[in-house]
Amino acid sequence: MSSSNGGYYLPAPSHWPIVGSVGMFLMLFGFASFLHGSSALVMSAGAVIIVVMLFGWFGTVINESLSGKYNSQVDTSFRMGMAWFIFSEVMFFAAFFGVLFYARMWSIPWLAGGSNNVMTNELLWPGFEAVWPTNGPGDLGGDYQYMGPWGIPAINTLLLLSSGVTITWAHWGLKKEDRTQLILGLMATVALGVVFLGFQAYEYYHAYTDLNLKLTTGMYGSTFFMLTGFHGMHVTLGVTMLFVILIRSMKGHFTEENHFAFEAVAWYWHFVDVVWLGLFVFVYWLV
Amino acid sequence: MSTATTHDDHHDHGAPSGLMRWVTTTNHKDIGTLYLWFAFIMLLIGGAMAMVIRAELFQPGLQVVDPNFFNTMTTMHGLIMVFGAIMPGMVGLANWQIPLMIGAPDMALPRMNNWSFWILPFAGTMLLSTLFMEGGGPAFGWTFYAPLSTTFAPASTDFFIFAIHMLGFSSIMGAINIIATVLNMRAPGMTLMKMPLFVWTWFITAFLLIAVMPVLAGAVTMMLTDRNFGTSFFDAAGGGDPVLFQHVFWFFGHPEVYIMILPAFGVVSEIIPTFARKKLFGYSSMVYATASIAFLSFIVYAHHMFTTGMPVAGELYFMYATIMIAVPTAVKVFNWTATMWKGSMTFETPMLWAIAFVFLFTIGGFTGLMMGIAPADMQYHDTYFIVAHFHYVLVTGALFSIIAAFYYWAPKWTGHMVDERLGKIHFWWSVISVNVLFFPQHFIGLAGMPRRIPDYSLQFADWNMISSLGGFAFGLAQVFFIYVIIKTIRGGKAATAEVWEGSHGLEWTIPSPAPYHTFETAPEVK
Ligand code: HEM
Ligand SMILES: [Cu+2]
Repeated sequence: MSSSNGGYYLPAPSHWPIVGSVGMFLMLFGFASFLHGSSALVMSAGAVIIVVMLFGWFGTVINESLSGKYNSQVDTSFRMGMAWFIFSEVMFFAAFFGVLFYARMWSIPWLAGGSNNVMTNELLWPGFEAVWPTNGPGDLGGDYQYMGPWGIPAINTLLLLSSGVTITWAHWGLKKEDRTQLILGLMATVALGVVFLGFQAYEYYHAYTDLNLKLTTGMYGSTFFMLTGFHGMHVTLGVTMLFVILIRSMKGHFTEENHFAFEAVAWYWHFVDVVWLGLFVFVYWLV
Repeated sequence: MSTATTHDDHHDHGAPSGLMRWVTTTNHKDIGTLYLWFAFIMLLIGGAMAMVIRAELFQPGLQVVDPNFFNTMTTMHGLIMVFGAIMPGMVGLANWQIPLMIGAPDMALPRMNNWSFWILPFAGTMLLSTLFMEGGGPAFGWTFYAPLSTTFAPASTDFFIFAIHMLGFSSIMGAINIIATVLNMRAPGMTLMKMPLFVWTWFITAFLLIAVMPVLAGAVTMMLTDRNFGTSFFDAAGGGDPVLFQHVFWFFGHPEVYIMILPAFGVVSEIIPTFARKKLFGYSSMVYATASIAFLSFIVYAHHMFTTGMPVAGELYFMYATIMIAVPTAVKVFNWTATMWKGSMTFETPMLWAIAFVFLFTIGGFTGLMMGIAPADMQYHDTYFIVAHFHYVLVTGALFSIIAAFYYWAPKWTGHMVDERLGKIHFWWSVISVNVLFFPQHFIGLAGMPRRIPDYSLQFADWNMISSLGGFAFGLAQVFFIYVIIKTIRGGKAATAEVWEGSHGLEWTIPSPAPYHTFETAPEVK
């Protein structure tokens, strides 16, 4: 049963997956019903079940890991799982970045008569000119101001880049078995992440109240809020995971050679970081 | 070197019993069985919808269902067959076979494997529930183009969107599991270039899945926000573009068709050598061809949009790139043919299905080439010619390969040989009726009959009636298949470990039926 004989650990039957499926079904079915006028009850119940499932499932895995049931082969499987999961997330963002590029490089110029679309412009949207940002020829959402890069976004860039440094510093601490450095590094990372989210919340508030920049502000508003919004959700998830890792570090769960969970979260955090750089350049800067 | 495996005391020997066994299982064979049954049930449900379609098209005029329901049927039929039948069927085969073929005790991440499966019944329920909602189910075609699926779609569309999210989530987890299994769980000595081709094709398919399912998730998410939260991704008034939907969708959609066919290539590459009693001709070229097809599948997608409107340079590029796929595909077909060349062939049921695959898939490949020529596709697009094309590649391609796989591996799964006589009846009945069903659709398509329309003008009547008759016969053949499956599970001639005289590979070294736990000590691969 221990990892010393080189054996592969096959987990016992588990009820967590089916709990997760029920939770997911209720949450999504409830959400769709909510969109059509039902109460949020089913949706919330589903979300609660998913949270319970996550605690239960990860709790099981952590216990198995602590009781030495895993060997290096299992560790490798986990690593591959996490790495390819992150790749799938990259592709999810790629879809939205692709949409942004497509709109800026093709569809908006075409609406303004570019390429062979002179008549589209003349007949359907006379007078529309291709500029970015735009809320489209229909002027959806009315007058608005765009979000420039050099205020909050620049600060947020610094915050996230620093958090990349602090988590690496924490990792160094872990590798030389310096618990204090590990915990301080993680605390700093969590703090930077939380401040980032605070700034972003403020930025949204500012956009909605002062700039009249909303999700409904045509293509600019759509891409702006969907890209930064999904990124923000990923930061939230990342901070939550960092927090769990912080607690686990305080409990002394990680050793110099056995700390997959730490590394998985660190990878995830770097991924979130890199996506932000893309956002900073293409959503905020190159307007 | 041999590796021992440990597992929890709870299930040391044999399978636990009761319903909860199936719900909580972490065993790749159980999960494979669940996938296969799910796929089969979905095949029957999707098949019933196809019967409704063919009944309506039996004669010109509107007689059986109203037009909106007809459109709902074509939509749901496509979605259920793609996401409910073919993909889960292939994953079921992967679950059963990959560990057995690489000498692994199980999949790399068994608990996640369970979740990948158990999301499906819930997603399927969500999808089917739309049929009973006010305003009816989705009726915009399986490709759910905006604005049909955004501005003009029924309320149930939001449930459809979340069903797609769940299906995608399940596929991504399944694919991650396969990659980790192949990279990390092979028996000592099983180098990558010794892996059976079925494993190779699934391995490559898994990368396709991880790359494109998230893009599909992005597409339906944008639909969701356009519908409910006022974004304008697919709305020109806001600077968006309905055509953008097609780009995002087909960036997923074209690799998706290869997701469905690559594992089929793998199955056929296992079966033909067994019954030709020769090694697969050109093993490494098969691997490279599979990889090139996968790569090319990302850069040809806009061949689905030739008539939608694209700059001419785009049309030309996508035309040439599309035609290029014929090269690696032909490599495969020639390799299968060369494998049979001068082999000592016998024609047991699995071999019959595999040979039918080679012939009929190739017909679909040829029509694909015809449609890949942009100027010619202006004529073919949105006609029954396309319907004929993709049913040749998907029914006589992907589905035939899953059926072939059943006949090939069922003795290993159940311990019983399949009754050859019944298998052959099933084969001839299916292969004749499927051609009666789909071959005439080439003619009516070339003559200009549009797809997804419940009524048609008189000149198409004869071939439609013939096609419908073939359709009913083909549907019935699959009902007969239920009987074959159940009979095989219940009993039959005991299968030996090798099962087939010419069989080759690790899965044939373990007893039939395969014990609940296999390769707990890794086998030696020379
Ligand atoms: C030789 C390789 C192939 C080529 C060159 C090819 C080419 C094409 C083209 C150009 C179209 C679009 C026609 C139109 O809408 O005007 C098309 C449609 C389609 N193909 Fe293929 N194809 C090939 C193989 C396959 C395979 C292997 C599959 C699936 C297993 C497949 C499944 C489909 C499907 C489902 C559609 C229709 C999508 C829809 O509009 O609903 N094709 N193919
Ligand atoms: Cu295609």
